[in-house]
Amino acid sequence: MSSHEIIIGLAGVLFTAAPIVFATIGETFTERAGVINLSVNGTILLSAMSSFAVAVSTHSIFWGFVAGIVVGMGVALTVAFSSIALKQSQVAVGFVLTLMTRDLAYFLGNPYMGLQGPRVHNWPIPVLSKIPVLGTLLFNFDPLTYFSFILIIAAWWWIFHTRPGLILRAIGERPAAAYVRGAPVNKLRYLYTALGGALVGLAGPTYSLSVKAGWKGTISGLDGIGWIALALTIFGGWDPVRGAFGAYLFALLQWLGLVLQPYMPNIPSQVLQVAPFPLMILTLLFVNIGNTEWVKRTLAGLPPDARRWATRILRWMQVVPPSALGTTFEEE
Amino acid sequence: MSKQLERWGFVLLATLVALIFTSFVLVLAGASPVAAYWYILKGSLGSWTKISDVMVAWVPLLLATAGLLVTFAAGQWNIGVEGQIVLGAIFTTWVMRSLQHTNTPAAIVLILAFIAGAFGGAIWSAFAGILKVYGGVNEIFGGLGLDFVAVALILWLIFGPWKRPGIGSMSGTEPFPHRLWLPTIHGTRLSLWALAIGLVSIGVVYFLLTGTYFGLKLKAVGRNPKAAYLMGIPTTKYLMGAFIISGIFAGLAGAVQVTAVYHRLIPAISSGYGWLGLMVSMLINFQAAWAAPVTFFFAALNIGSIQLPIMLKLDSSLSGVLQGALVLSFLLLEGARRRWVKRREEAKNE
Repeated sequence: MSSHEIIIGLAGVLFTAAPIVFATIGETFTERAGVINLSVNGTILLSAMSSFAVAVSTHSIFWGFVAGIVVGMGVALTVAFSSIALKQSQVAVGFVLTLMTRDLAYFLGNPYMGLQGPRVHNWPIPVLSKIPVLGTLLFNFDPLTYFSFILIIAAWWWIFHTRPGLILRAIGERPAAAYVRGAPVNKLRYLYTALGGALVGLAGPTYSLSVKAGWKGTISGLDGIGWIALALTIFGGWDPVRGAFGAYLFALLQWLGLVLQPYMPNIPSQVLQVAPFPLMILTLLFVNIGNTEWVKRTLAGLPPDARRWATRILRWMQVVPPSALGTTFEEE
Repeated sequence: MSKQLERWGFVLLATLVALIFTSFVLVLAGASPVAAYWYILKGSLGSWTKISDVMVAWVPLLLATAGLLVTFAAGQWNIGVEGQIVLGAIFTTWVMRSLQHTNTPAAIVLILAFIAGAFGGAIWSAFAGILKVYGGVNEIFGGLGLDFVAVALILWLIFGPWKRPGIGSMSGTEPFPHRLWLPTIHGTRLSLWALAIGLVSIGVVYFLLTGTYFGLKLKAVGRNPKAAYLMGIPTTKYLMGAFIISGIFAGLAGAVQVTAVYHRLIPAISSGYGWLGLMVSMLINFQAAWAAPVTFFFAALNIGSIQLPIMLKLDSSLSGVLQGALVLSFLLLEGARRRWVKRREEAKNE
């Protein structure tokens, strides 16, 4: 493999990770506000299918994207409404929605299977894309990939360096305290769930109109991505930068699976495709194990030096969820 | 209005809402809802053969649901149930393959195969339990990850070590000799043995959850683990126990699929019954008494919708849409009902 091929491959990793970045950051916003939207996997499928169907019917990429975003917001608002207004379990509703939207996508997408449709074109950035190596690696994408770069920084800035971001974190951690100080907790939860849903919805057309253009029903290869995004939200510790890092790691692993395939003829390609999932469990294990009682007990029994090192390593990996995640809040 | 009547009115309303939603989806796809429902009905209950087909699908779904009710009692979302069915099927196949060309009596082989299946499901479920209890990994993600690992494992076996003479294919492994098929009722695909295993299992789970101290303590753990722990219930043991019992039933579902339905290992051996079992559990609000009729209904929808691609050129995933709409409509209307009751009581108090 030449170095040029490797650079093209790595650029491909950034390109294919864009929809995962959207979904992960969308879910990060939603969960930061205290709402779990478990419907991501089905939502991505339904928004991918709807965007493709709308884009094919209207010959317009723009309306395709609008459709995908609207689907994402609609599903997310169903979760928010059933939790905030109807006090139903977010996990239950999100789970039903993830299965139902998947079947809806397969059912309604049936007539559009295998059709030729429009796709987003590349926008090489003038001058910058001509820089050797870096130009190919960073400045020769379609607008969605650029947007994914901007989104990572913007989301991080919003959550950690602005006043609305502070309020966002507050309603996910201590909603009662935030409410007393004047934050309209439930209104903001609707807002951030809709925003998160819109970003998850954006992942759909990013697949069906760009990264994996077209709609191929059950073999579209999108089933499972949403679960990865949900796991990356945890892996990222509800931090957009760390979550995006996870998305790139995932895309890199998938690419390596493809590249290494010819060297491992005994392993069927389906096995390599699912390889990132066991890694997902392992990473979740690493980031969560520090929270368990028995680890805390074991640490307390270690000699001081070993304890300091073990604690430092665990701290570095450990993530702690927003403390009001998944709960409802009565504004009274 | 009596409580009973109110309850049935609620069920009727929720079902109606789900049907209206699904009809809207059908119209959107340019199909006639009446025709679609008619073919689903005819394709599931239209003849004895069809009804026996529904019962073939009913058994594994009932087994998966039985297991899930145990983990739900302990407050756990055992999403790994799909993978547990797959592992049950793999372990069953392993025993069958090892013994098929020996002169071990068929009955012994099948009994060993079922024990192995239950064991396989239990191991996979225990993994999810260990990840949750000792690793702090949320059981939804642990289970889901294990689902994907199970899929990789089954594909590797079918295309690798267990492939058919010549080349491995999605059609699965070489079928077992006829003598190792679980006997079926003449002219149908239904095995009374499998049916008995399914019905006994849900009976056992019903008894376990409503008639034993174990069930009572398990529910205490599910409601409030900390309080249960302070009351002297060994929480960790009960959680692990729930996962293992749940896995046993899921593993049996896999064993039924291998020995009674497909007579070989296929990639889609779990047929999505794990996911469907989760939906049923939510729909029946985790009450074991309702599991048998509702799983039968869901199985009928699955079998009936096979007619849709044949008769109306529609995708058979409509059954999933209708099932999802049902669960969602029950959840949302239940929320609305409680809100309404609360409002009414507040109005009375003022």
